Amino acid sequence: MNKPHPIIQTHNITKVYGMGDAQVRALDGVDLSIGENEFVAIMGPSGSGKSTVMNILGCLDRPTAGQYFLAGEDVSQFDKTQLAIIRNERIGFVFQSFNLLARTTALENVLLPTLYNRGEEKENAEYHQKGIAVLESVGLGDRLHHQPHEMSGGQIQRVAIARALINDPVIILADEPTGNLDSKSGAEIMELLTELHAQGSTIVMVTHEDEIAEYAQRVIRFRDGVIETDKKNGHTLVQS
Amino acid sequence: MKTSKVITIAWNGLVKNKLRSLLTMLGVIIGVAAVIIMIAISAGAEATIEEEITSLGSNLIFVQASFTRGGPGAQPSSGGLVYDDAFAIADEVSGVAGVVVEQSSSETVKASNNSIDGVSVLGSTEDLPSVRDINIAQGRYFTQQEIDRTQKVVVLGASLAEELFGEAPPVGQIVTVGTTKFTVIGVFAEKGLVGDVDYDARVYMPITVVFQKFTPSQFARMVGDRVRLIYVEVAEDANQDDVILQIELLLAKRHDVSLDEPDFSITTQQDIITTQEATTEAFRNLLAWVAAVSLIVGGIGIMNIMMVSVTERTREIGIRQSIGASPNDIRMQFLTEALLLSLVGGLIGVFVGVGGSWLFNLTGGMRTVIVPSSILLAFGSSAAVGIFFGYYPANNAAQLDPIEALRHE
Repeated sequence: MNKPHPIIQTHNITKVYGMGDAQVRALDGVDLSIGENEFVAIMGPSGSGKSTVMNILGCLDRPTAGQYFLAGEDVSQFDKTQLAIIRNERIGFVFQSFNLLARTTALENVLLPTLYNRGEEKENAEYHQKGIAVLESVGLGDRLHHQPHEMSGGQIQRVAIARALINDPVIILADEPTGNLDSKSGAEIMELLTELHAQGSTIVMVTHEDEIAEYAQRVIRFRDGVIETDKKNGHTLVQS
Repeated sequence: MKTSKVITIAWNGLVKNKLRSLLTMLGVIIGVAAVIIMIAISAGAEATIEEEITSLGSNLIFVQASFTRGGPGAQPSSGGLVYDDAFAIADEVSGVAGVVVEQSSSETVKASNNSIDGVSVLGSTEDLPSVRDINIAQGRYFTQQEIDRTQKVVVLGASLAEELFGEAPPVGQIVTVGTTKFTVIGVFAEKGLVGDVDYDARVYMPITVVFQKFTPSQFARMVGDRVRLIYVEVAEDANQDDVILQIELLLAKRHDVSLDEPDFSITTQQDIITTQEATTEAFRNLLAWVAAVSLIVGGIGIMNIMMVSVTERTREIGIRQSIGASPNDIRMQFLTEALLLSLVGGLIGVFVGVGGSWLFNLTGGMRTVIVPSSILLAFGSSAAVGIFFGYYPANNAAQLDPIEALRHE
């Protein structure tokens, strides 16, 4: 047997915005492989293509050309509905601006993705139990019925992480997860992500802070739509 | 996605914006209530007419005075109908079952210790109970002899009798109508309201007495014993057209006018029914249009708010898309929200409509009859309005790009 598929495998993906002279190549032939239980930080200045690559990895967008295998499945030509299913079942998002629904309790927010689950239906009570368990695992067992406006930024981001975990995704994509938090809360969130990583989660995180990138095992830097450096544990792994 | 989940999502969306949801529903509530109330009002009008017609008795012909020649009073000797015309019709026309003449007045009626102002006094003839289909409950009705002799006798309507005498038997008692004393010889059974006329609150007496006592003397001198209207009941086996022709010929001869320029007009009950049906139909169509327009306005209200709602909730849509909502899920959510708004609005509208109709009826302003099919119609069209006007905004929401939507402030 070969070694198992990497969670993420891209072949020469490009993303072009606009037409004619106004064309912008946001990604210009990116080959990327992220294995199971890796904790990767993606860095780069604005306009480097790091957001574009996150959108494509998160199945929010499709590459103009190239292939993207997520857990062994080529998703690069999926339509909107198929991508929605992939996002629902395999990807957990954590956003800089939290993106919880307002006027909705922590538990309801965490259970939101399960409303869009396809395939075999579980009992509501089963989801409910699982939602409570996930919230407890991020340390919010006592905040189940609080609404976002009743919680601190750190707590809100924990709810968002719990939401990302509810459908047991193959990968967690975190886009500047500490960007809207003070440094203490930010450190707590990073410790939580580290803990999840230690428990076996695969995490890809976009950040522009070196301090935050320190938490990752591997740091990929983008510049002008291509990978500039890809370092692991401080030493260079790939250089282009 | 399971239907129950779609409904849960949409319901939560509405409940989290209670005020906006309520305001959106207002248009539909008013539209549906309008449909039900308007149909109830026109059904009420129809029912009133129907009852009036049946209560008049069947096979009635109305002979009315018409002053086509020189206006009222121009030629008092030959214009209009007189009391004797009624008897001529009764005696000389074949196929007539009964003839009634009425002359009314308004007087104060006093019993031993009770006095009621403004009681309607109806002078009539012998055939009134059979032609107008009123039954005697106590005592008897007056006879032709009493009419001819202008006897001071009265028959009381049911509620008037109770007001004047309470539990005591009225027959044989004396009442004073205006300044004249009358003997009560009978009481009618309850008949209720027919049109605007409360049959139970009137006092009935021989028409000759009304001519003599209650027609202002100057007026009486000028018009003689004129009557406005003669009711003729056609016998069951007689041909109505035949009877009409006989009456026309008879009255033309008596009044010395030609049939081309009569000073009277004859209407049958069927004429009245036809006219009134045409009127109520026009009325009903008008109301139906008003109601339909208000439902459409309600629908546009839903569309308007849904458009605003989709823009306002772009970020929420982005969040839902990021966690796995497909375009179809989003479309279904907003379509279901629109549908729920119109259905809940429709349901509230049904209650308001039924309640409003009931209230109209209760306060006596307007008679209403709630038509069950109008409830279904209104409710059904509100659902159709919801789907029709909800689709465009829902489709807009479904087409949103998740990345753009997530960036939306």
